[in-house]
Amino acid sequence: MSAFRLTDSTLRDGSHALAHQFTEEQVRAVVRGLDAAGVPVIEVSHGDGLGGSSFNYGFSHTSELTLLHTAVAEVRHAKIAVLMLPGIGVKEDLAAAAEIGASVARIATHCTEADIAPQHIALAKELGMEAVGFLMMSHMIGPDELLEQAKLMESYGADCVYVVDSAGAMTIDDARRRVATLKTGLGCQVGVHAHNNLSLAVANSMAAYEEGVDQIDGCTTGLGAGAGNCPTEILVAAFEKTGVPTGVDPFAVMDVAEEVVRPLRPLQGVIDRDGLLLGYAGIYGSFLLHAKRAALRFGVDSKDILLELGRRKVVGGQEDMIIDVAVELERRAAEAMAHRTQDR
Amino acid sequence: MSDRIRCAIVGSGNIGTDLMYKLRRSAVLELGAMIGIDPASEGLARARDLGILTSAGGAEWLLERAADFAIVFEATTARVHRAAAPRYAEAGLKAIDLTPAKVGPNVVPTVNLEVALDNPNVNMITCGGQATTPIVAAVGAVAEVPYAEIVSTVASVSAGPGTRQNIDEFTKTTATALEEVGGARVGKAIMILNPADPPIIMRNTVFCALAEGFDEATVAKAILDIVDQVHGYVPGYRLTSDPVFDAGPFHTPGGTAPARVVALLEVEGAGDYFPAYAGNLDIMTAAATRVGEAMARHMLGSGR
Repeated sequence: MSAFRLTDSTLRDGSHALAHQFTEEQVRAVVRGLDAAGVPVIEVSHGDGLGGSSFNYGFSHTSELTLLHTAVAEVRHAKIAVLMLPGIGVKEDLAAAAEIGASVARIATHCTEADIAPQHIALAKELGMEAVGFLMMSHMIGPDELLEQAKLMESYGADCVYVVDSAGAMTIDDARRRVATLKTGLGCQVGVHAHNNLSLAVANSMAAYEEGVDQIDGCTTGLGAGAGNCPTEILVAAFEKTGVPTGVDPFAVMDVAEEVVRPLRPLQGVIDRDGLLLGYAGIYGSFLLHAKRAALRFGVDSKDILLELGRRKVVGGQEDMIIDVAVELERRAAEAMAHRTQDR
Repeated sequence: MSDRIRCAIVGSGNIGTDLMYKLRRSAVLELGAMIGIDPASEGLARARDLGILTSAGGAEWLLERAADFAIVFEATTARVHRAAAPRYAEAGLKAIDLTPAKVGPNVVPTVNLEVALDNPNVNMITCGGQATTPIVAAVGAVAEVPYAEIVSTVASVSAGPGTRQNIDEFTKTTATALEEVGGARVGKAIMILNPADPPIIMRNTVFCALAEGFDEATVAKAILDIVDQVHGYVPGYRLTSDPVFDAGPFHTPGGTAPARVVALLEVEGAGDYFPAYAGNLDIMTAAATRVGEAMARHMLGSGR
């Protein structure tokens, strides 16, 4: 018995935090633990979705289709979900995932671009999958505009549409209003996917529940892009303590988090300056590690890279602009240095 | 006018209209007709204002007068072009296809213009393909490229319903062109739509994996040279920085490579009909004009 449906995305959003280096052994252990704890849906994909393995987002250590095979073979009760971003993955990727045994297709677009998804949502339904529309960076538009986009997703056949706070930029009121507006305006289910940059992921998910949200995402230990996701084990504990049944065993999911996922990235959960900045400025969380690497490569400050990305209004997927910005900052620094030398 | 080749545009939408302005400036092409299917279309009205013969009779109208024309630019849809293509060929019209119909081989002006001379029908790939294949081909001419990947980002307002509903078509067609025209062993294309207001200028990033044995200075020069060449027909085509070289190893789908080169490109449009941010649309019409001019020069038998 549960009051909402939980999807754990440790093996998808968490892929960002590990630079897409998940191994079959790790996937097996995480799936086994979550499945036994009662988590009903487990998402497995490259962090940027099917087809995400690339120069731009990072090559996968192990092919996501191999990891999907592993997850499907290991799971006993949970459904296996995949993420796909039109423009990065293609319909053939979705068909391959369905063939392996994935039964939930989450089709993600930037919050204003839902109309690039009709073919993919329709294909998911044709393949007999559950189709979920995933409106990324939902903080960038208001509730009414978001509802228009959500209605498009619903009209293509989505069984559920998610408010996705990719930047961890939403306050409690931001999340509440968006979920409430979608719940009022849609006939299909509504979901929420929170990030923890402002330390509000659990609170936002609980506020979303109060507004009637049907599906909630988490990642064990919060393993995920940027400052990390809503930590599944904390979400479950907080709901159970409030008397809201999650269908998940709080002690079992705590054990998975501590014993299986925590060792992969011991400092997950620490919100450092860059992570906070992403949420404060509303910048796509997946940029974080790429920006830190570019900062080292070009000898510039990661904080300056992130702020410049925000100024340029880049959206999810534009990781290539991190190189562009870092090169420009390096050039500006060199010019400033030359000026100072001349002045002397 | 015996020193110019007569051509026609079929399709009076955005692409056809922008193309009209470019063809009017050509020294070797004479735009003889602008053809649509909607008498009230803005493209036809603009053509009439410029004194160009117009018709709302579609491809049928052109086929009835095929003898008066040598080249047709198709700016309709893939479905319309697939139906018309064999009839153009039968009527002796050379076709330059700006739709995703893929009837003829892919052509990119700086890379394989000769296919336009040998084939009755050529395809202009995609905007991203026109912007990035020249770089991959140039790097491939001086180094081995086991894998090439491009990220093409355009302003949301510049992506029409055709692109939006067929985004897979864009990524797959472009990836194939990186292999077939660019010469990469494996190609991948990513497309992003950015809704920022004011709209962003089209951006393209080209990643080429480099096999052992490349020379950095030679690769960099090849990129700068090809950018100059494309700049010759798309004035707003430019690098935002010098090519960036990174040491790997990179485990790409085309094999493990010790290094990569990244070319960061911006494409600003000429602002003929589309606003300047829509470099993605501009590069298509500019490249098609270039291809048409090569065909015309070939027909005229002169080396001008």
